[in-house]
This record gives sequence, C-alpha cells and structure tokens, in this order.
Amino acid sequence: MRGSTVWRDTAIAVAALVVLVLLPLAFPGKAFSDFVIRLSAFAIFATSLNLLVGYTGLVSFGHGLFYGLGAYSFALMMQKLGTSIPVAFVATLGVSALIATIVGAICIRLKEIYFSFLTLAFQMLLHSIIIAWTPLTGGDQGLTGGVPRPPFLGIRLDDPHHLYVFCCVILVASLYVMWHLVRSPFGYTMRMIRDNPRRAEFLGVRVWRVRLLAFVVAGVFGSVGGLLMSLFVSSAYPDFAYWTISGEAVFMILMGGISVFFGPLVGAVMLLLLNDVVTRMTEHYSLMLGIIILCFALGLRKGLLGFVLWAWARRRASTS
Amino acid sequence: MDPQALLTCFSTASCVITQTTGGLISGMLLFLVAAGLSLIFGTLKVVNFMHGSLYMLGAYFAYSLYTATGSFTIAVIGAALGVGLFGLIFERLFMSRVYNTDVLMQLLVCYGFILILDDAVKIIWGAEFLSMGMPAAFQRPPIMLAGGVLPVYYLFLIGITLGVALLLGVLLTRTRAGKIVRAAAVNPTMTSALGINTALVFGGVFALGGLLAGLSGALAAPVRSMVAGMGFSILIESFIVTVIGGMGSIGGALVGALLIGLVRSFGTIGFPLFTEGVMFLFMTLVLITKPSGLFGKEQ
Repeated sequence: MRGSTVWRDTAIAVAALVVLVLLPLAFPGKAFSDFVIRLSAFAIFATSLNLLVGYTGLVSFGHGLFYGLGAYSFALMMQKLGTSIPVAFVATLGVSALIATIVGAICIRLKEIYFSFLTLAFQMLLHSIIIAWTPLTGGDQGLTGGVPRPPFLGIRLDDPHHLYVFCCVILVASLYVMWHLVRSPFGYTMRMIRDNPRRAEFLGVRVWRVRLLAFVVAGVFGSVGGLLMSLFVSSAYPDFAYWTISGEAVFMILMGGISVFFGPLVGAVMLLLLNDVVTRMTEHYSLMLGIIILCFALGLRKGLLGFVLWAWARRRASTS
Repeated sequence: MDPQALLTCFSTASCVITQTTGGLISGMLLFLVAAGLSLIFGTLKVVNFMHGSLYMLGAYFAYSLYTATGSFTIAVIGAALGVGLFGLIFERLFMSRVYNTDVLMQLLVCYGFILILDDAVKIIWGAEFLSMGMPAAFQRPPIMLAGGVLPVYYLFLIGITLGVALLLGVLLTRTRAGKIVRAAAVNPTMTSALGINTALVFGGVFALGGLLAGLSGALAAPVRSMVAGMGFSILIESFIVTVIGGMGSIGGALVGALLIGLVRSFGTIGFPLFTEGVMFLFMTLVLITKPSGLFGKEQ
C-alpha cells in the first residue's frame, strides 16, 4: 500500500470523526446521540461479520457469540473485578481472541451449511450458559446492578456526551482498521479464498490459517460491538447472545450490500431507522419489516449501497 | 441444576413413565416438523428457515376448522392439506427464485415470511394465547400405568406419527415417486434431462414438507397453547434434530426427535435452565465428530 493512500484514508477518517462529533450541535436531542451510540455498536458488529461472510465466504450464523461475549466479559470485569475501563476493554479483546481461536479452529474444519450450524450451536451454547449460570450472570434477567464507569484519562463515560464521543472514536477507529485489513494483501487472500479455495491452496496459501485469522479478527471486532452496547445500557442481557442478534447483523449486511465495505454500516443505519420509525407508525412492525426484507431479497439483492455504487459505475461507464 | 431431583424421578416408575410419554409426544411432534425440513434439505439443498411457521399455521388452521365444523378429523386433515398447499405456493412464488443464490438470500426470504406470518396470525387470530381444548373423542380418563399417567390422546398421537413415519419411508424407498425424488436430490439436471419435470418434484417435496409441518401443528393444537411466534422454538429444535440425525435422513430425524423430546422432558426436572444447552451441546458434539449426522451419508 502506498503511503499517500494511508494519509488520504487517515484524513478521511479524522474528517468523518469530526463531523460525527459535531453532529449533535445540529441535532441536539438525546434521541439522536442514543441512535449514533447504538449505531456504533451495530455497525462495528455487522462490519466484522461481513469480514467473514462477504470477504472470506464463511457464512457464520453464530457471530452473536462474540457480541454476547464482549458485552458479558466487559460488564463482568467492570462489575466483579473493579478494573479500569481501558484494562477491561483490552482484556475483553483478549478473551474474545482466545475464544475465537478455539471456536474458529473447530468450526472452519466444516463446510458450508455445517459450518453455519456449528457456529450457531456455539452461540446458543453461550446463550444457554448465560441463562443457566444465574449466580454470575443474573440468568434471563440480565446483569443487575449496572456497569460501573469510573473516569479514566479525564474521560467520564457516565457522562452522555463523553460516551457519545467515545463510541464515535471507537466506531471510526474500528472501521479504519478493518478497511485497511481488507485492502491489505491479507484482505486479497481472504477474497481469493472466498472465490476459489482450491486455487488458493494450489498457490501455496494455507487456507485454514487465513480463515482462522479472519475468524479471530471478526470475533474480536464483534466483541467490541457488544462491549459498546453494554456500556450504553449499563448492563448485559442474554438476548445479546441470542441468535436473533446474528440474524440482525446478517440483515444489515444484506440490506446495505454484501460486496461493499460500507454496506453493513449503511444497512445498520437503515435497520435501526426502520426499527425506530416503523414502531412509532404502526403496531404491525414485523409485517412491515417482513415485506421490506422480501423486497430486498427478491428485488434488491446487491443491497442499497451496493446498488447505488453499481448504478453509478454503470452510468460512468456509459458516459465515457 | 438439580441432579437430585432427576435421580428421585428415575427411582420411581410413575415419574419415569409420565416423563417418557411426555417426551415421546414432544419428540413425535418434533419429528413431523423435522422430517419435512430434512426432506426439503435433502432434495432441494435449501434450508427452509420458515418451517416452524408452517407448524404454527397448521395449529391455527386446525383451531379454526375445529371451531367451525366441530370435527377433529376434518380439522387435522384440512389443516395438513391447507399448509401443504401454502408450502407449494411459497415454493413456487418465492423460494424457487432464490435457489441459485447463496444461502443468505434464502434465509432472508424465509425470515421475511416468518415476520409476515407472525403478524398475520396476530391480526387474524389475535395476540393472546389460544387453546383448542381436547376433542370430545379423547376426553376419557387417562390410562394409569404403574402410577404413571398416560392420556389416551398421547397414544393416538404416537400411533399416527409412527404410521406417518412408516408411510413416508415406504413412499421414499418403495415407490416410483420416491425414486424420482431421490434421483432429483442426487442430480437434478440429469433427472430433468430424462424428461422429468423437476420443478414439479421440488414443489411437491415442499408441499409434502409443509403438509407434515401442518399435520404436526394440527396434532399439537389440543395439547399446546397457540401464540404467534410459536414456530420459533420448534424451528430451532428441528434444526438440532436434523443436524443430529443427518440432513436428509428420515430415520435420523425420528431418532433425533425422540432424543430431543426425552432430553426436554427429563431436562425440565434435572436441569430446567440448561435443557436447551444440553440440546446444543449434543448438536455441537455431533457436528464436530460426524458433521453429516448420525444417520446421514458422508459428504
């Protein structure tokens, strides 16, 4: 990668961050900042899943494992051990990387739908453990007592505005790192494996190693999503590890566009907006959502961002 | 966890019998759903993620037919046929459009339908729990067996399901239609080159799967309460069953369903909070050691 692209991307990331941080001046309501905080959690989570689904061709149904894991391990460390936020943050990434290595090593041996089902089984296993281990996790009531948010380096995350800026920084930083990952030679190897694993093998690529590494990276970033959500709601609930979380991330990816890096981000905005708008408009939320989902599945398979980029590229090709 | 309670249960015949019959009927109902799911996957190579909703539809169809006609026989047959027809229409109009895309598009179509059907059920039948009540023919005192309770309806249900399992086995292995289905499962292109309308075969298989799920829902109606979203848990359990038994294997579905039924039934005594956990543990272990399932063919 040339130095100039790194500078350009960094400049864009910083600019995006500045805009995000300044946006509450235009939309001062709490509803807006809460929306962006939830968006940051879901966008990181969905984008991390797309590293597997869209870039490596590993269709995981159980990515919510890491969402739940991130939320619970962070919340529990803060609550039971009383550590500082940066320590718990880094330790949560470590725990997720470890679990992702073990689960990934087992799962990637399987092909296609069997891989998908095994990841789902692992996720539901975590969900069951959370439900059953009541003394530690609070069972189906979720963690009670709140997640303490002691200040660090002058950052007070119990202040809504500080939390907002913190989530924006983590969002931009995570997307920045993942963007560079998929642009790196490693990212190209991931795509080669997605398109033709056997060919990659013949070219001397250790396919299982790339797949495992992709699984671990996706797991670590997935846990960041759960972590942010636990910070926001100041708790953790078994639903964070339920399969519907994985399902939502899949819809975000498909609605935004599976073949575009920022597709999951766009999809997350769309699904969260839909959620907020449709629930306010009608009580038949699932009917509306179902119809919209069908429209995407049958009519707009590239996803919204994917379609827009495709149409734009076609127009440019026809005019030149 | 309460292993003590489980031991106490195992030491008395009445508890073992009551729990076993309870587990058997859960398993039987589950088998009907899972068999359809497995059949569809085995033939079409698609996972019908909305199969649980077909079960739900079966229960509600039976409820309406029963309240309208008062005949349980008409209710069961009508519900099964109705859901079968629904399955056929769903396959022809929607599912067949996403066969050649990746599994995520199939998931998306199915999930869209799950949401739509759940809300449709709420609109038509209301959001409250409904219960159909036991048909008059089965309102008899339960058979007592060594202190265990054995309702007459349970015997009927187990009998019918075993009959269906047998019929299904014969249909698939001994008839020309079954041979065509198996051929289309192995090589659809070759089968259609031999002059067989594979679209018809696929539609038929989907209809049969829907019929089985509808039958299961209808048979469950007297013993389970109905609510929108009731298809979710049976869907998850059918996945576990088909994975354990082997995707595409009817015999495997039967064994898997009975296993899961018994785990659920005894689990509520011994480990009420971890019953699902045990099922997923089973699923994980089977996938790790033999991904094609206990009775599935090696891929």
